[in-house]
Amino acid sequence: MNTSVIETSATGTSAFEAARLVLARDVRLALRKRGQLVQPLAFFAIVTTLFPLGISPELSRLRDVAPGVLWVAALLSSLLALEFLFRDDAQDGTLEQHVLSGQSLTWLLFAKTVAHWLLTGLPLAVMAPLAGLALGVPAAAVSGIVLSVAIGSVALSLIGSIGAALTLGVKRSGALLSLLTLPLSMPVLIFGARATELAIKGAGFAPPLYLLGALAVLGITLAPLAAAAAVRISLE
Amino acid sequence: MLRGVRFCVNAGECLQITGGNGAGKTSLLRTLSGLMYPEEGTISWCGSNIRRDLQAFHGDLAYIGHEPPLKPDLTAYENLRYWVGVRRRLANDEMSRELGRMGAEQWSNRPVRTLSAGQKRRVALAGLLLMAAPLWLLDEPTTNLDTEGQRLVGTLIEEHLAGGGLAVAAIHHELTISAALVRRLELSSK
Repeated sequence: MNTSVIETSATGTSAFEAARLVLARDVRLALRKRGQLVQPLAFFAIVTTLFPLGISPELSRLRDVAPGVLWVAALLSSLLALEFLFRDDAQDGTLEQHVLSGQSLTWLLFAKTVAHWLLTGLPLAVMAPLAGLALGVPAAAVSGIVLSVAIGSVALSLIGSIGAALTLGVKRSGALLSLLTLPLSMPVLIFGARATELAIKGAGFAPPLYLLGALAVLGITLAPLAAAAAVRISLE
Repeated sequence: MLRGVRFCVNAGECLQITGGNGAGKTSLLRTLSGLMYPEEGTISWCGSNIRRDLQAFHGDLAYIGHEPPLKPDLTAYENLRYWVGVRRRLANDEMSRELGRMGAEQWSNRPVRTLSAGQKRRVALAGLLLMAAPLWLLDEPTTNLDTEGQRLVGTLIEEHLAGGGLAVAAIHHELTISAALVRRLELSSK
């Protein structure tokens, strides 16, 4: 195809502004479809509330299992929301338009993942101490729980974005998404539960928190690139 | 799926791709846009292979597929702000002007899910104008439009070509534009 240059008054959007628009759009859409927003939080609340009924109402026993319960519930809740991360955009052609926008797809998908974390990971981090208190966790451990879930959920969202992108073209992708994402999420679960356990015992929880931070940084560096490659393949 | 397809489109020209269902019209458009990789051959834009700098090529391209890329829970205005705004900065009066031109301004503050298929198509066409790209790839741009809407699409393409742009459109119906501006490429399925 040949062309002469058409005259336009177009002013290109900067990469930062483009990412801000993607993030703002996803937040606005989520606030208009509150069902999707509430679903992972309700799941988290139900799972953590059911444990005392199933194990024992004895606080000392609940306190022992609290780190595992909180983290498994957080992991599964975050997984629940992952299915929607790119699916709607793929179905209505928005992802195609992102690819064709002339902006970096990696950057736009990173913005979408940040929106996903703001809408699921951050609320989980806020909710986790409440669930922790119901499991007999001392109030002094709240900061450790909030920090570990907040940082860990960043890593979970980023790992999940790769799985969500890889399963875009698959119908009823939930099971496959879990199979892909759960093994990669194990280090987050292990270090997150350890940080929470140390916080409950009143010990220093910085070392596992640093490891969670390192996983989050690794995710920020690599996951958007992998997700962008997977989205391109899925759209072909 | 496609073999032996070779053509060149110059500024001020429109290539109309025709062919029966499954002939590969959409696949050809998606390949031209860079969404699909051709197994053989190359696609060039301004003399160079589009794969050399795909992002720059996409900056010159506006592609509208079968379905308008609109979010049902956002209004027409919001959709355009987020969809086209990712490519270029948009002023409110610019959006109003193009929506008005497409006869879509009166419903531009309604959620898109309340609009008919034809109304959604008009909003998508307003987005096409706002993208201000020299190359238009259009997949059935007149689908769901009434006769007046179909004529309007023809006028938009004519104006685009007159401004030095070019268009490739996969379309079943006759385009209501001057025959001198249109070349045809018929795809046949074997």
